[in-house]
Amino acid sequence: MNGLAGLVRRLGGAVTDGVWRLGFAARFFSLLLLYSGQSLLRVHLTIREVYFSGVLSLLIIIVSGLFVGMVLGLQGYETLQRFGSGDALGVLVALSLTRELGPVVAALLFASRAGSAVTAEIGLMKATEQLKAMDMMAVNPIARVVAPRFWGGVISMPLLAALFSAMGVFGGWLIGVVLIGVDEGAFWSQMQAAVDFRFDVVNGVIKSVVFGAAVSLIAVFEGYDCTPTAEGVSRAITRTVVSSALAILALDFVLTSFMFRGQS
Amino acid sequence: MQLQDVRFAYGERVILRGIDLDIPRGKVVAIMGGSGCGKTTLLRLIGGQLRASGGIVNVAGQDLARLSTRELYALRRRMGMLFQFGALFTDMSVFDNVAFPLREHTDLPSELIRDLVLMKLNAVGLRGAATLKPAELSGGMARRVALARAIALDPMLIMYDEPFAGLDPISLGVIGQLIRRLNDALGASTIMVTHDILESLQIVDYVYFISEGRIVAHGTPDEIRASTDPFVQQFIHAEADGPVPFHYPAEPLAHSLLGRGAA
Repeated sequence: MNGLAGLVRRLGGAVTDGVWRLGFAARFFSLLLLYSGQSLLRVHLTIREVYFSGVLSLLIIIVSGLFVGMVLGLQGYETLQRFGSGDALGVLVALSLTRELGPVVAALLFASRAGSAVTAEIGLMKATEQLKAMDMMAVNPIARVVAPRFWGGVISMPLLAALFSAMGVFGGWLIGVVLIGVDEGAFWSQMQAAVDFRFDVVNGVIKSVVFGAAVSLIAVFEGYDCTPTAEGVSRAITRTVVSSALAILALDFVLTSFMFRGQS
Repeated sequence: MQLQDVRFAYGERVILRGIDLDIPRGKVVAIMGGSGCGKTTLLRLIGGQLRASGGIVNVAGQDLARLSTRELYALRRRMGMLFQFGALFTDMSVFDNVAFPLREHTDLPSELIRDLVLMKLNAVGLRGAATLKPAELSGGMARRVALARAIALDPMLIMYDEPFAGLDPISLGVIGQLIRRLNDALGASTIMVTHDILESLQIVDYVYFISEGRIVAHGTPDEIRASTDPFVQQFIHAEADGPVPFHYPAEPLAHSLLGRGAA
């Protein structure tokens, strides 16, 4: 009986904590939006974060995009040529990347590279009382530290996803046209004819903006809310990567079901 | 600055049980007590980082409980706080750390900010370290840089959280002298939370002792030295047992060893 009561108590405690944390996250997000105006007015703060989140993620995005495109080229050609449609390789590579792989894989890489770094930085600032010191100097840490990092991520993410897709198309061309010998004219012309700017490219960009906002929000929140110890920061970083990955995949399903349902 | 019957609790855990204290302008006041007695909580209440459960915290004629966030921030511009380990911004140089409050709160030209920062750093003896990063500083130097940053806006109230913790005797003397000198030069009030009694008695004007959330003794340094209060005696002579017990409250040892207790 005691065991059952303990279980119910722990369950109740976990639910209460979860609801409390959700409420805190909602309040945190509204404060973040509230202070974003004064933060965005100081453009150099956001530009600095675009550099740290975006520019420093370029290498991993470029290399990964290239390899993903090359794999798509190999696998796509192998399947398409069974149906005598090897020339449609450009369409397959471009649609896969702009609609799905570009935004999703770039966001997963962004969460691992930049999201974890943002959580670690804010978490360590909290653990070493830098956020408290800022607050005591009458400088709002959400406006000065959190908002620029959030917007830096939101701005960087679509640019990185676009670069990832471009590198992927280049990788697909490299394998399909240069290595396998698919007709170059067919590769590019079919791609141009089949990829719709509004329907495919813009929807891909919308996805990457949503993923960028989700990853950045999770990263700044986990850093701000972490237990201010070495272990707490390490847990927060893990939570950022895991929660971001789950959020990206779940949001991708929801967005895809709205954007591409019963069309194309 | 005044505290009247200030109470504070974290949930059910009561930390402060009715604190009354008064810090006049120009004075250096130390708040002492054992670890976990509520000293730092008291400092956070004065800085407005925590809200009191009861009583009045009055700083510069303003009741902190009645202030909006904007008003609290306006008041904090007139306060400086030195955190226990400095809390310097690790991604900025020493110069930029001290310049931070000036850049955030003033529109002064960069040449003037440069001069002000160098003057503040000179006051703590670290003008030559302006280009260093916090990671390149010793504990004592980091504390002095944080002190220069805390006085960057010439505050009327300076708060110190354990300013002597972990310092070698020379750094300890330097920080002690700086606390006194800067307070007098700025005409500010200083509140210092510490348990370093010997160093503190040399520089402060008044001392409050806190134990179990209450003020148990207070007086000038001379009154404290002459005090026969058992708590003060235990503190001055660093006795292991006394009014502040050696053992954390627990069940009898025999119970624990025979496995009847909780641990």
